Amino acid sequence: MAVDRNLLKDTNREGRVFADRLIVTLVIFAVMLGLIVLRYFHLQIVDHAIYATQSDQNRLQTQPLPPRRGLIRDRTGRLIAENEPSFVLSIVVERTEGLDDVIQRLKQIIDLSDEDVSAFQRRRPSTRPYAPVPLKFRISEEERARIAVNSHELPGVEIEAQLIRSYPLADLFAHAVGYVGRINERELETLPEGPYEGTFHIGKTGIEKYYETSLLGQAGVQTVETDARGRIMRVVDKTPPVPGKDLTLNLDADLQLAAAQALQGQRGAVVAIDPRDGGVLALYSSPSFDPNSFVNGISYKDYGELRDSPDVPLFNRALQGQYPPGSTVKPAIGLAGLHMGLVTPGSTVADPGWYTIPGDDRRYRDWVLRIRGRGHADRVDLHMAIAESCDVYFYDLARTMTVDRMHDFLQDFNLGARTGVDTTNERPGVLPSSEWKLQNRGRPWYPGETLSVGIGQGYMLATPLQLALMTSFLANRGYAYTPSLVAEFNGIASEAERLKLPDIEPSHWRAVIEGMEAVVHERSGTAHAMAKGLQYRVASKTGTAQVIGIAQDEEYDETEIAERHRNHGLFIAFAPIEAPTIALAVIVENGGGSSAAVPVARAVLDAWLANPGKGVMRNNVVVSNG
Amino acid sequence: MAEYLRRMPDGGEVFRRTTTVWSLLKLDPWLLGGLLVLAGFGLTVLNSAVDGSSAAIQRQSVYLMIGFFGMLVAAQIPVYRYARLAPWMYLVGMVALIAVLFIGVGAKGAQRWLSLSGFRFQPSEIMKLAVPLTVAWYLAKRSLPPNPKYVGATLILMGLPAVLIFLQPDLGTAILVAASGFFVLFLAGLSWRYILTAIAAVLALIWPLWSFVMKDYQRQRVLTLLDPESDRLGAGWNIIQSKTAIGSGGWSGKGYMQGTQTLLDFLPESHTDFIIAVLAEEYGLQGVLWLVLLYLFICLRGFWISYNAQSTYGRLVGASITLTFFVYVFVNMGMVAGILPVVGVPLPLVSAGGTSIVTLLAGFGILMAISQDKRQVN
Repeated sequence: MAVDRNLLKDTNREGRVFADRLIVTLVIFAVMLGLIVLRYFHLQIVDHAIYATQSDQNRLQTQPLPPRRGLIRDRTGRLIAENEPSFVLSIVVERTEGLDDVIQRLKQIIDLSDEDVSAFQRRRPSTRPYAPVPLKFRISEEERARIAVNSHELPGVEIEAQLIRSYPLADLFAHAVGYVGRINERELETLPEGPYEGTFHIGKTGIEKYYETSLLGQAGVQTVETDARGRIMRVVDKTPPVPGKDLTLNLDADLQLAAAQALQGQRGAVVAIDPRDGGVLALYSSPSFDPNSFVNGISYKDYGELRDSPDVPLFNRALQGQYPPGSTVKPAIGLAGLHMGLVTPGSTVADPGWYTIPGDDRRYRDWVLRIRGRGHADRVDLHMAIAESCDVYFYDLARTMTVDRMHDFLQDFNLGARTGVDTTNERPGVLPSSEWKLQNRGRPWYPGETLSVGIGQGYMLATPLQLALMTSFLANRGYAYTPSLVAEFNGIASEAERLKLPDIEPSHWRAVIEGMEAVVHERSGTAHAMAKGLQYRVASKTGTAQVIGIAQDEEYDETEIAERHRNHGLFIAFAPIEAPTIALAVIVENGGGSSAAVPVARAVLDAWLANPGKGVMRNNVVVSNG
Repeated sequence: MAEYLRRMPDGGEVFRRTTTVWSLLKLDPWLLGGLLVLAGFGLTVLNSAVDGSSAAIQRQSVYLMIGFFGMLVAAQIPVYRYARLAPWMYLVGMVALIAVLFIGVGAKGAQRWLSLSGFRFQPSEIMKLAVPLTVAWYLAKRSLPPNPKYVGATLILMGLPAVLIFLQPDLGTAILVAASGFFVLFLAGLSWRYILTAIAAVLALIWPLWSFVMKDYQRQRVLTLLDPESDRLGAGWNIIQSKTAIGSGGWSGKGYMQGTQTLLDFLPESHTDFIIAVLAEEYGLQGVLWLVLLYLFICLRGFWISYNAQSTYGRLVGASITLTFFVYVFVNMGMVAGILPVVGVPLPLVSAGGTSIVTLLAGFGILMAISQDKRQVN
């Protein structure tokens, strides 16, 4: 066979065939090579600009640099709102060896809900390869440590830091300062895009909302070179963000704490103002809540608990709570009587324990009637009327003054109107007049209603802030400043508007304030219990606001009435009398009477005045500055 | 007579050359020079692709040294011995290919490696040499151009390993192995009628192949090739990034170790199959042209050696090896530039990876043996 084959073999022919084929091969070879060169020429020369741009787009990214939100401090510099690094857990899917395994492993290590995982899966399609996809926000330090320890078996798992608002004093300032929360969809539609680039939170209530634009700062921008994993390799260009302005409050954490402790377990509010500049020293509403839980979205369950609690902790009683001021308006009305010449410090009114309007049988009762079976004394003067809170005296005064003159005078105390304090959600209260009733109730004013207003009942409603402002007018003997929560705005002291009463004779002021001094410092005063161990002189007035209407001749018996129907206890005070540095208003809902409010006021006043570092020293500073 | 005249002027030349160091080492200096420059160039590009990782460079250097040593050894074996060895090599390769289907190891759903006492190798690489050697052995014994019987036998010889490799699955290598056998057949003078019939048959087979044989990932690769932008983040990512790398290189490139696509990890497989994109990005079209010229030089030298080979066997084997080498270059550069499907073919002597280097250089060792064969006979 082999021989046979060799015989048939024509070596020369084979060589020629090979040479022919080689030439064909070389032609094909040249064509292929030409194709390749052409292709590279096309990519690298013709379309170079396109791909150069694409390459830059690949590596260069514009990133917003969110500004640091302004810090909020109390008057002594303690941090009320700060920004804490928070950690976000992300996964670079391409770098994992089996995504399910990694998630299973993470579930063993940290608390990872199915919701987190499904949200993660929803985010994945919109993420490019090698870019981290967030899996869980707000990783705790402990979880972070556990992930770090196990990082060798968690390829592709990354942790990134973000600054998140934090309120270290938790519930102490919740109502005073408010809180930030995640920008919701509704806000997203209305917000300007630029300033919020890279920012995920916005002030929702309180100072955080009112001062939003200042606290926010200005977003910066940087162009960075990133690798395919989105890691920043180099910053190419950078416009740094402008941090938000820091705020220093007039509020004092010690006073807030005193208020919170004194109101512990009760519903109520305290507002304390420095009458010298209108600075709000304390603004506390009880019960409070932890604003931190709102920052990253409160769980539905927790929110439901807050919302449905019968104590309505989310309700800011200090600004939104509108209560009948009760007898706390008596000093102001007394002052009005003196100023209008309707009474003198020496003039008296007969007090059998009730009052009747001439030509009407109805008896308007004094609160002591139930206790003593008679009035405060046969005849009551202004001093006694304030010190012992005599209703009959003020029934008479109110009748002679008429509601409209009372309205006009009290209007100057800013009752019935928002004070204009620098925060949100303030309510105006009600300062009734005959015109007001006609407009709002569609009925004419009845004379009996004037008597109710004379003792701060009836239609009259005021917020604790308004009462504190009223007390400031009294403390300053004729003027006050618009209350302000923020003292310093990036180092610049805010200037409060000065509000003035009509000129009132000093003797009239003396008469009223002596009456207010007697409330605590005279044995017969309604808050004499507070005098014990008091280191300063205080001018004050107690008040009781009826929650339910008491029918004529019906007796009010605290013990028999359901807790929710008990009277609100109120108390206003300023101190020290001669050079007041604090004016406050306290309300304790359903406290039964003012006796519930007095200890709260005492606690706050003590925190300010019995503390050498506070009011006294600050007074000196102001004097030397003045 | 023409043969005699053609050879006469070379006579003295040939006699003088037998005394040179090259003839003693049985090496072709031009081919060796081209391969060494290519290897050096490849290492330089690789250094950028691995971002200066000395371990990777050392490993590649070791592979190259083993490869060049293997080439030296291969060059010492007389050409007729390859003809005798070829069928045995083919048999061993077939056994290994069958074994790899059952006890093979690998990744990403493909079994391509055999692990023998810790040493891993790809049997398909053996076949890249064994198929052309065997087909040439088979055909060289016969009268050429081959008659239909021989063509049929040849197709079986090259088809069996190709199918086995395709089953791993490794479409790219399967095609290349089949192609290396086909080149021999073509160079041996396969009738144009058969070739045209085969092309028609292939075109007719595309539909059933597409619908029933191809796996999803293979179809996906074809679709991605046709429209890579359709799946920017998935299948199209590699091609888009490699085209971006190549295109952004321009004429003069971004500079050595300055390729952002490479350094920032946008370019996948930058040190293996996609290394040409690194070169194109950093050296620009200039660099690409230099590389193409280098490959062109090596291929032309290979064809020259084959053309001057003493025996039909030497001619067929030499030209087939050279052509296969070029097809590697073409497929790799074409796929990275987005005109061919991504089939996993390394860029010869530049891409990182030991098996391909050793196989390729062993092939060039055979070419060297062929280049010296002529002189021995004379």
